[in-house]
Amino acid sequence: MAYAAGVDVGSTQTKAVVLDEAGAIVGRALMDTGANVTLAAETAFQEALRAAGVGEEEVAYVVGTGYGRYRVTFGNSQITEISCHGRGAVHMFPGTRTVLDMGGQDTKAIRVSPAGEIVDFSMNDKCAAGTGRFLGAAASALEIPLDQLGTVALRAERPVRITTTCTVFAESEVLSWLGKGKKIEDILQGVHQSIALRSMGLLRRVGIEPQVTFSGGVARNPGMIAAIEQRLEARMNVSGDSHFMGALGAALFARDRILGTAGVERQA
Amino acid sequence: MEESAQNDSIVGRGNREGADLVRQWFADLNRTAESGGTAAYVFVMGSLTEILRCFGLPVVFPEINSLQTAVRRVAHEYLNQAEDHGYSPDICGYVKADFAVQLRGGEHPMGRIPKPALAVLTNACNTYIKWAEIWERLYHIPVFTLDIPGTRAAGAQTWPGDQDFEHDRAYVQAQLAELIALCERVTGIRFDLDRLRETMGWANRMSQSWRQVLELNRHRPAVFNALTDGTIYLGVANGFRGSAEGGGYFDRLAEEMAYKAARGIGTLTEEQYRLSFVGVPCYPMFRKFSEMFTNWGGAFVHSTYLSFASGGANLGFVYDLARPLESLAEGVLIGVRDAMDSMFFQDRLLLPALDAFHLDGIVFHPVKSCRTTSTGMADARRAVMAARDTASLFIESDMMDRRVVSEAQLKNRIDAFFEGLASRRRQEGASSGLRSRG
Repeated sequence: MAYAAGVDVGSTQTKAVVLDEAGAIVGRALMDTGANVTLAAETAFQEALRAAGVGEEEVAYVVGTGYGRYRVTFGNSQITEISCHGRGAVHMFPGTRTVLDMGGQDTKAIRVSPAGEIVDFSMNDKCAAGTGRFLGAAASALEIPLDQLGTVALRAERPVRITTTCTVFAESEVLSWLGKGKKIEDILQGVHQSIALRSMGLLRRVGIEPQVTFSGGVARNPGMIAAIEQRLEARMNVSGDSHFMGALGAALFARDRILGTAGVERQA
Repeated sequence: MEESAQNDSIVGRGNREGADLVRQWFADLNRTAESGGTAAYVFVMGSLTEILRCFGLPVVFPEINSLQTAVRRVAHEYLNQAEDHGYSPDICGYVKADFAVQLRGGEHPMGRIPKPALAVLTNACNTYIKWAEIWERLYHIPVFTLDIPGTRAAGAQTWPGDQDFEHDRAYVQAQLAELIALCERVTGIRFDLDRLRETMGWANRMSQSWRQVLELNRHRPAVFNALTDGTIYLGVANGFRGSAEGGGYFDRLAEEMAYKAARGIGTLTEEQYRLSFVGVPCYPMFRKFSEMFTNWGGAFVHSTYLSFASGGANLGFVYDLARPLESLAEGVLIGVRDAMDSMFFQDRLLLPALDAFHLDGIVFHPVKSCRTTSTGMADARRAVMAARDTASLFIESDMMDRRVVSEAQLKNRIDAFFEGLASRRRQEGASSGLRSRG
């Protein structure tokens, strides 16, 4: 059996997915990227192989994606995470026409065709406003673990308005609200709504066409899901595996190549 | 001459000779500055060099000086100096780099820039007006602002013979008479109408050839890169408008492009995708930016920059030398108005280009420090996409400031754009295959 793999080296975390010939996920892994990008890619890939019970020699094609895609030294080719998230989202939720991917440093709105191909996309500008890093700054200021941010935010009754778009200044704005005696959950809800507002801007730029699928690491945050859905006035497709969407898309492209379908990546 | 030897002498000639001419221009400016001489400071959108040359005034294009600092990778030194002086990081990078050149007594990577004797500008860019005020304060020189009645709404242009146009032309012509009087006062030289006919004749040669050059890029493969090669041609179009060197250069350039078109010699060996570029180039990484497209086989065959920054040469407008002042007013009015329209009503320029240039996609490139060219680009993109199902990319960087240019992020977006183009082509191939089987 010829297996396909995708390795998504993101700014914060690295994900790997292994698919069998039928396209079923047989192994996956997730780890922090850290400073050694190549090592993170290699380790995540090896862990996914172990989880699948598959030997490296059985993998016929590997696609690297994410900011570190060119550091996936064992990869056969590289495809941007924009294409991969679109592909992965449509595979997971076939009705997807719009994808919102929120990662550590990037938020992307992607409009896709029924086949998962990019129709249009828009990303945050050259700063981390409206991304996972913005949440991280708030978590650090409030000393709350990242994975609890959303749950705490959902308890808010009177959310504050966070006005800064600068991730660094957000931390001081959060502290100033604390100084004014605002509740932590109200401040956190304000942070979530600020990010949701920026995400809506990106989504509107590409045109919001249902269904909307939410992907990336921040898609695990229930507070963020609620904040975006409230502005969207619609439910989004969210999977417990949303953070693997890019790696899954990469693995699907890898599988295409095994099956002999022409790729979208640049040919050497 | 052997074919290969002829290829060697003609292909690339425009770039070689263009670079030589620009070097010669700056060397002349350096000599003027070193000998204590002065120059006319002008802008690419309505330079009026046809008149200025009649008074022997060397022309300085501060916009070109500034972009040269970015191409030569020293713009940050100039920007920092202006910012240290109190200029905001958020204003036009061209203004700041020029201001630093003035603070340095004209010191520039290509030689010393002479001080201005006067400044001539139009209302095509609102920053021009504030920019010239800086020189006015620094040097106490006369500043002449030519007010061009622009197009007031899409589709409402007037043309020679229309009453409104004639009123506008008369308004421009009266201002040109004021400029001539000012130049006489500044230089002490009497205006010579025959000399004006001569400079306008050279401008005619340039415009006719430039128009041909632009149209020759409809060929597959494209004969020049509208982003990189095109910028060299623009340097000559502006710096040498109204001169024998400029007219001759463009005749030879048109000859080169016709030669390449006839022999199928393209700017890329394997042209995969034909693109239009909208906006001002990313000068801080000029070659690298272009390579991020050419590495995918993407060729810029068309660009709005070659319209609005060509000093009106793109229209191929031919002055009537029998009535020079009236015709100059007509040409300047139409040329500057077109420069403004090509920024504000981009869809009107882009939609016909899709078919004429066989475009596969359009790259919109707003830049942080130029709101004149960038504002409205999102609307233009929306208008084009509503009218035609065409691929487009919207990427932001800057024309001067490397601090706001992120190579990794640009590359990511550009790669995704090409992946989308590849998907689109695959789909088109599949559907045409289906049609042929049907």
